[in-house]
Amino acid sequence: MNAHLQPTGSAYFIAKETEIAEKHTLSVLVANEPGVLARVIGLFSGRGYNIESLTVSETEHEAHLSRITIVTRGTPHVLEQIKSQLERLVPVHRVVDLTVRAGSLGHDRPIEREVALVKVKGTGENRAETLRLADAFHAKVVDATVEHFILEITGKSSKIDQFVAVMKPLGLLEVCRTGIAAMNRGAQGM
Amino acid sequence: MSGGNSEMDAATKDNRMTGAEIVLRALKDNGVEVIFGYPGGAVLPIYDEIHQQEDIKHILVRHEQGAGHMAEGYARSTGKVGVMLVTSGPGATNAVTPLQDALMDSIPLVCLSGQVPSSLIGSDAFQECDTVGITRPCTKHNWLVKDVNELAAIIHEAFRIAKSGRPGPVLVDIPKDIQFATGTYTPPSAVPIQTSYQPKVDGDIRRIEEAVALMKTARRPVIYSGGGVINSGDAATRLLRELVSLTNFPITSTLMGLGCYPASGTNWLGMLGMHGTYEANMAMHDADVMICIGARFDDRITGRLNAFSPNSKKIHIDIDPSSINKIVRVDVPIAGDVGRVLEEMVRLWHAASADLDTARLNDWWGDIARWRGRRSLSYKPSDDVIMPQYAIQRLHALTKDRDTYITTEVGQHQMWAAQFYGFEAPNRWMTSGGLGTMGYGFPAAIGVQVAHPDSLVIDIAGDASIQMCIQEMSCAVQYGLPVKIFILNNQYMGMVRQWQQLLHGNRLSNSYTEAMPDFVKLAEAYGGVGIRCEKPGELDDAIRRMIDSPAPVIFDCRVANLANCFPMIPSGKAHNEMLLPDEATDEAVATAIDAKGRQLV
Repeated sequence: MNAHLQPTGSAYFIAKETEIAEKHTLSVLVANEPGVLARVIGLFSGRGYNIESLTVSETEHEAHLSRITIVTRGTPHVLEQIKSQLERLVPVHRVVDLTVRAGSLGHDRPIEREVALVKVKGTGENRAETLRLADAFHAKVVDATVEHFILEITGKSSKIDQFVAVMKPLGLLEVCRTGIAAMNRGAQGM
Repeated sequence: MSGGNSEMDAATKDNRMTGAEIVLRALKDNGVEVIFGYPGGAVLPIYDEIHQQEDIKHILVRHEQGAGHMAEGYARSTGKVGVMLVTSGPGATNAVTPLQDALMDSIPLVCLSGQVPSSLIGSDAFQECDTVGITRPCTKHNWLVKDVNELAAIIHEAFRIAKSGRPGPVLVDIPKDIQFATGTYTPPSAVPIQTSYQPKVDGDIRRIEEAVALMKTARRPVIYSGGGVINSGDAATRLLRELVSLTNFPITSTLMGLGCYPASGTNWLGMLGMHGTYEANMAMHDADVMICIGARFDDRITGRLNAFSPNSKKIHIDIDPSSINKIVRVDVPIAGDVGRVLEEMVRLWHAASADLDTARLNDWWGDIARWRGRRSLSYKPSDDVIMPQYAIQRLHALTKDRDTYITTEVGQHQMWAAQFYGFEAPNRWMTSGGLGTMGYGFPAAIGVQVAHPDSLVIDIAGDASIQMCIQEMSCAVQYGLPVKIFILNNQYMGMVRQWQQLLHGNRLSNSYTEAMPDFVKLAEAYGGVGIRCEKPGELDDAIRRMIDSPAPVIFDCRVANLANCFPMIPSGKAHNEMLLPDEATDEAVATAIDAKGRQLV
């Protein structure tokens, strides 16, 4: 009768995940103290959660607060657990699931931006093409010699992905991306 | 003016002291009376201060793991915070097991560790390790002290975090130069608390109303209580008992929650889960409303998740919001302190119960009576060999009228103790539930005995587990702590052997101890008393001798070698598919777990 059920164990139950994983962006306000990032990352690796992007910086110097932006992927149930587990860490002040918040504010998703520095090496024809494309993507030249450019570009991750892709045949040498900074639209704070 | 100034100078002067002095003062100001520890290079300044004062008693252990479990036993039996003190490097790494144990069982513990001098950190110095790194995942929070002036505040905060909210272990790592440095002591009242950690203790009243309304409609209710009731304090236990008597709901409990509701109480179903009683597991399976109070749906409780209490509406009270909806999705989540929430619940029930039909639970109690009739804890008695269940029953009968505390190691003996020793009060039962730490019980018993010097403290042990921390006999003898170790000696790692029989074709790989020490001689070698008993007819007298002995005792109780612990929910099965003792023939045991279930254990 139960043959259709997943063979399971009272010892260690392994359920087949039937829910679909979603990509969410979390904003985590933490006390800027030693080890706080290790606690957050350790929680993710220790409990088997994903990190697709991670950005950390002090945002309020006086109050010793840092803001961590994490892009993660999980089922709604796992995302809820991630939030609860983060809130359990002693130095964590607040956790906001920006994707959920965006939904409740009637938006598709939060505003998400990334900065990238892209170094392109090239001579002749390619140099002109590089600059033309950089202009089309609103990328700025921040360093140049007769042999290379370093371009600074800001935008959604998908835009940067695309920019990197078009730079590849033009002599792409290295890329450095900041990871996602995000906040929600509207007059309300986090 | 000048008078005021000199007074201020005096006060400041009074608060100027070395880091080591700050540690002792901070412990005293947090109400610490005893610490468990082991000295070493990086904590010598603190030990020097311990030597020069009398307010705080230090118990010298024989291994840092022992210090941790002693602190746990002390904490669990008193409701206070347990404190351990270890040196850097190996001292700290040896503390990892008890820290994780305390984390999983929510025991308030403060671990102070020495660290190499600040200037040497990161240089692979002698006895250096990254203590805060290693203990980060096995503590609630930890600190590396970098300034002697912050030391007092950190220790005070450590105590606050260890005991508030869901209790747990914390660690303060103190470099040796900080212990020598002079700084200012800040009393607890003057310390600003970390604002990000403010556990919510009051439950949402609308949720509690919702829960009470649901409970009123229940025809087949069951209360499932856990260790959170004990952590919440005596009021929670009182309120839980009041709720049970008001509602006449049946109640079962996790391993950690035994004693909150008395085992002699009329509504008691016995323990729940893998080795729980038939009636408890059947009631959970068939319930229409389940009230989970301070428990966390551990996999040893739930069995197969998609068959766990499939038709019940679930209410879950827990102080840790991350425990709610973690394993089992609940209908009415209530995040808050068990005691506070139960108080509201009892009040609302009082106000609303007048119109309830008291006969509505009759059918349910009829079902339960039928399940109880299966006598799932029965076993085949013997006149020739001591059955392990019988040994626990006799131990209970001969100690229940005394002021008794029980601890256990981990394995079959632990389950038999949980099944056959009737616990009537909270804080009397110390066991390693979450982590399942063999070697926990004996040091824990020492910690309990330190807190309750005149009580009878018994570690119910197995012959394998006891050897994991047996060295603490030396500690028990040194401090005249008359702890009793009651070993159910079957020559095997009994639970491992039972699982090998169930899952691995009875191939008993490395679960038999061929070279067992002579426990009687071992006790005597340490300066304790050794007793051996092999015949059921001699057991009572032997137990009495153990109880009456003023010294630590190792009681070598030789029991049936191959007894299995039943009832049991085999792997891959639901609560209503239990293996019961009378059905547990060799054939049933051999076929209890199918090939797919076998992969999961």
